[in-house]
Amino acid sequence: MRAAMSDLLHILPPSAFVLLLGLITTLAVSLLGNSLGLIVGITVCLMRLSLNRTARVIAAAYISFFRGVPLLVQLLIIYYFLPIIGLDLPPFFAAVIGLGACSAAYQAENLRGGFLIVPRGQAEAARAFGYTAAQTRRYILVPQALRAAAPALINEMILILKASSPVAVVGVSDLTRESQNIVARDLNPIKWYLIAALIYLAINLILARLGIAVERRLNVGHGAATL
Amino acid sequence: MTFDLSLLARYAPQLLKGLELTVVVWLAGCLLAVVLGFALGCALLSRHRVVTFPVRCYVEFFRGTPLLVQLFVAYYGGPSIGITLNAFTVGVFGLGFYGAAYFAEIFRAGFASVSAGQIDAARSFGIPRGSRIRRIILPQMLVLSVPPGITLLIILLKDTAILSIVTLPELTFQVTGMTIETFAFVEPFAALAALYWGLTELVAFLGRRAEYRLGRYLQ
Repeated sequence: MRAAMSDLLHILPPSAFVLLLGLITTLAVSLLGNSLGLIVGITVCLMRLSLNRTARVIAAAYISFFRGVPLLVQLLIIYYFLPIIGLDLPPFFAAVIGLGACSAAYQAENLRGGFLIVPRGQAEAARAFGYTAAQTRRYILVPQALRAAAPALINEMILILKASSPVAVVGVSDLTRESQNIVARDLNPIKWYLIAALIYLAINLILARLGIAVERRLNVGHGAATL
Repeated sequence: MTFDLSLLARYAPQLLKGLELTVVVWLAGCLLAVVLGFALGCALLSRHRVVTFPVRCYVEFFRGTPLLVQLFVAYYGGPSIGITLNAFTVGVFGLGFYGAAYFAEIFRAGFASVSAGQIDAARSFGIPRGSRIRRIILPQMLVLSVPPGITLLIILLKDTAILSIVTLPELTFQVTGMTIETFAFVEPFAALAALYWGLTELVAFLGRRAEYRLGRYLQ
């Protein structure tokens, strides 16, 4: 029995490799969740700013709900709810949907500021040039709103990366989950949880640097465009 | 899919107990976060790098790592270095230390936003340093700190749900226990979402009123 156990320990991949896999999962789940959140967020934001009252009310309720309920609770609900409506998705996709739905509410609010910065005259001019409402949104409003909201959106990406750690609870093998698995094996919680924390910290700092660089680039582009 | 209200009625005592613990741990954690955050925010304004550097490290560490991982370090790692804490203590201190890093930045920004002209004016009126801080700088920086502070309080309220993972029997913990016992899913989670939603909206409402009252002198 003991021999079998030690064989098993040899077969199991080394901890660093496991952590790396966890890190990749964390990055993938946050990036996909963030992208889904951006798409849904743009839609919700346009509904929030629409002239249709029903659309406005639905969007406001969406934003209020997803910002008012803890992400962990949303993840648990999506994790248990999808099978009930017959969608038996792997935990990874349930987590992406959960992060995306939550992030969308925050991104919609960030984008609202971006849309309000675009002068009203631009939309009117576009319509006068014969753009349809959809074309005006697609070519005039959304690109400028995205640019204006870029700093907030990048910040949101950093927040999502950190906020994604509760996905470990709904069975996704992310960085947090893998460090738990390693601790279960070699019983050194301080070491492994601190290593996990430092990896999160490093990714955050790198993303923050990238964010500053992107912001700078966008500002240059913005200046040139207004000339 | 039916909605069984009697189930919720049966579990009402547990849910209320969980709700109470959520609010208690949140309030205690926030109190620690505000007090410690204020001290750290003042320290960040110091001219000496010996003071600002460690505080900066503290702030970056606690803001750059997930609360869940911090809780794991304290709750599961603590005993191996001889610090055994129960879930409630870990919850209060975890939330407090985490929130303090954010509050430090809020208060630092608040201090930085009080216009230099005000301080110069106070100085040229001969107002001594103590009253300058107490009567000119502090009131203004506190008013400036209120809106981001309330946002943070709401974030911390929602973060208390994470404490269920380190076995604190708060609201989320009670509800997951309830789903395991009853195999019911819709009712417990509907109640859970509704309670959190109501709680955060209530805090947001009170926060808006406080903001309005405190900012009245600006209108």
